[in-house]
Amino acid sequence: MTALAQRVPSRFLPVLATVVLFVLTFGVGSARYEGFASGQVIANLFIDNAFLIVLAAGMTFVILSGGIDLSVGSVVALSTMVTAAGLRAGWPVPLVVLAVLVIGSTLGLLMGLVIHRFDIQPFIVTLAGMFLARGLCFVISVESVSIKNSTFRDVATAAIKLPGGVTITYNVVIALLVVVAALYVLHRTRFGRTVYAVGGSESSAMLMGLPTARAKVGVYVISGFCSALAGLLFSLYMLSGYGLHAVGMELEAIAAVVIGGTLLAGGVGYVLGGLVGVLVLGTIQTLISFQGTLSSWWTKIVIGVLLLVFIAVQRTMVRR
Amino acid sequence: MTESPQPVVEMRGISLAFPGVKALQDVDFRLFPGEVHALMGENGAGKSTLIKTLTGVHRPDSGQVSLAGAGVAFSSPGEAQHAGISTVYQEVNLCANLTVAENILLGREPRRLGGIDFRAMRRRAAQVLARIGVHVDPASSLGEHPIAVQQLVAIARAIAVDCRVLVLDEPTSSLDAGEVAELFRIMRVLRDEGVAILFVSHFLDQVYEISDRMTVLRNGVLVGEHLTAEVDRRTLIAQMIGRDLGTLEAIEDAAEKRHPDGPVLVQASGLGRRGAIEPFDLSIRTGEVVGLAGLLGSGRTELARLLFGADRADSGKLLVDGVPLRLRGPRQAIAAGIAFSSEDRKGEGLVADLSIRDNLVLAMQAARGWTRPLPRRTKDQLVEKYLKALDIRPANPDALVSTLSGGNQQKVLLARWLVTEPRLLILDEPTRGIDIGAKAQIQQLVTALAAEGTAVLFISAELEEVVRIADRIVVLRDRRKIAELDGAVTGVDEVVELIAGGAAPEKVVS
Repeated sequence: MTALAQRVPSRFLPVLATVVLFVLTFGVGSARYEGFASGQVIANLFIDNAFLIVLAAGMTFVILSGGIDLSVGSVVALSTMVTAAGLRAGWPVPLVVLAVLVIGSTLGLLMGLVIHRFDIQPFIVTLAGMFLARGLCFVISVESVSIKNSTFRDVATAAIKLPGGVTITYNVVIALLVVVAALYVLHRTRFGRTVYAVGGSESSAMLMGLPTARAKVGVYVISGFCSALAGLLFSLYMLSGYGLHAVGMELEAIAAVVIGGTLLAGGVGYVLGGLVGVLVLGTIQTLISFQGTLSSWWTKIVIGVLLLVFIAVQRTMVRR
Repeated sequence: MTESPQPVVEMRGISLAFPGVKALQDVDFRLFPGEVHALMGENGAGKSTLIKTLTGVHRPDSGQVSLAGAGVAFSSPGEAQHAGISTVYQEVNLCANLTVAENILLGREPRRLGGIDFRAMRRRAAQVLARIGVHVDPASSLGEHPIAVQQLVAIARAIAVDCRVLVLDEPTSSLDAGEVAELFRIMRVLRDEGVAILFVSHFLDQVYEISDRMTVLRNGVLVGEHLTAEVDRRTLIAQMIGRDLGTLEAIEDAAEKRHPDGPVLVQASGLGRRGAIEPFDLSIRTGEVVGLAGLLGSGRTELARLLFGADRADSGKLLVDGVPLRLRGPRQAIAAGIAFSSEDRKGEGLVADLSIRDNLVLAMQAARGWTRPLPRRTKDQLVEKYLKALDIRPANPDALVSTLSGGNQQKVLLARWLVTEPRLLILDEPTRGIDIGAKAQIQQLVTALAAEGTAVLFISAELEEVVRIADRIVVLRDRRKIAELDGAVTGVDEVVELIAGGAAPEKVVS
């Protein structure tokens, strides 16, 4: 391990630690339960968490820039609501998709502008955004609205066959595409590098003559867009829209990103870390459902312990 | 140094006012290609403001800036950079979380097929680093390197674009001697390539070593422009602090000088901290006032912070009452009876939004521990006593500290430490920015405290003040203790001489 640590640049260590953690938890499951180590269980990890993967990708941008976005869970709920209500009203599917994505991105843009222009902490602004989006859900309907549109149902239930008899949904494909796009933007574009620079030191980035304003506002637009997209995936997953969908999901997204090795202080982390973070959370959930007798609340307890451990580890690594 | 006919930068009649302050008044400045030009002046003289006016951070209220003969008006640092004016600030303004190569080329990365071409970027960065002879791996994280290397990377960033003017604002303040030499080597390389370098440093030795020409500012006004070879240090210092040496001597006053012979209270031997202050010996007796003299950045505050445990020493030891004391933080120092009144009274001293009473009580309570609350009567008596003793105005214990004048805030700060009855009181710039009357009161108070047996370490940029009240004067230059003088027989002139680095007088003990 030490020899490995010497060869791998220290900035990759947190992500590697998460990968190791994922392999460990999965290994424990495989050793203890028959049928755990199957391709379909892995595929289900992706199927059941596709929306979370998308949320985590967007959240990675925000956290890398040194911010936080608490509104994502509510925006997911709002998106399911707009989708369900729009489809019920007979809107064509492309229009619904477009409307959802525009609403999510616009909310993100507004929050980003407020954060940047008035220099208010992202925590407060996105907290306000969280209440706003959650409230808007109930303006549309206080009840759960089920989705009966046939195109939507077809896409939701369609199975893509992979070799080995494993099947995945379109949701998984979309989520993975988002991860690839996020990777490209963060690592291959000036915008992405500016996000890292702003997270590292905003005043330095400004004095270096970088477009910090664009990066700071941009990350919230991206996060808003990802939340809306995650909302669409969630609609496909649940086949309903409801104001109480995705309560607390913003915290799961943040947890996944942090467990994935991204520093809450900004500037350090990777999209892939967030993806592995989601998989770790998913594996724990699967473990507990395989175990059968434990309540699902145990997931939360384990997540809490893991978060604490990871933040402590990060802290010591940063101090070094 | 051959003087080219046309300056690359010419600033004429620059004036700039901030609310309540005239930061620059009608300042002229010129910078020639292929020269290192030092901008000199005391703190607050307007050096940084002038630089920021040049680099597009501030816009002048009046006056004209021209670059290579053409008038310019930058509205952002980005624009100035684009025009060939690169700046390296005192604090390294880079992103430690990114690689060296990225820091050099961020914002102008080479691109291929719409994405950043990392291989080309590392190659370009390596070329730039090679140009200034710095050998670091462009792919390594910036944060892994020491500050000195980061500073050099900042310079590499500055010259990675077509840079005609390089502004170095106190680049040496966190470097040690070897690192400064490396920086100077690079500066000479760039100068010989025709880059005009504007250099700010508080270290006179460095200025004389590297600069070809200098411009002196004082209180926002241009005092003079000289070829470095033509102006000696004494003249330069006199210009910077605004008094000719004759006047300085005349101020030397006749206050009675004592030679306290109480027991040694605090003794530091070989105490030092790398990059802050070189190891020094210092002993302070009970009832003695020791003055610390030196230019800003000479290590005055750093020395004091070591004694107070605010920074940890990495060499030497400290004896209090002859017993070794390991300072892990200010708490131990306070427990040993050492008090430190910071120069930054707003940031580190007082709670501005609390009343005078609350500020005093805070200190008292902290000294006693929270398990032993102070009775209201005692509090009132103590507050009353110090309000009177220090003549704090208004004499209303419920007045908010933020509403007091600077001088009275300083007195409250002093009172705050006095209630803890310290045995060694370290005063860092206690009289800065306050009026003459309050100044005199604080000086009297220091003398009175010493007479009662308190040891005082008095730090001030005003040499007259140090000479007047100190029984012993310790002189610092370039983060090194260079002399220890008898306060009774030393004149301001002598201290100036030492600070300037001239021949040491015979009386020097150290």
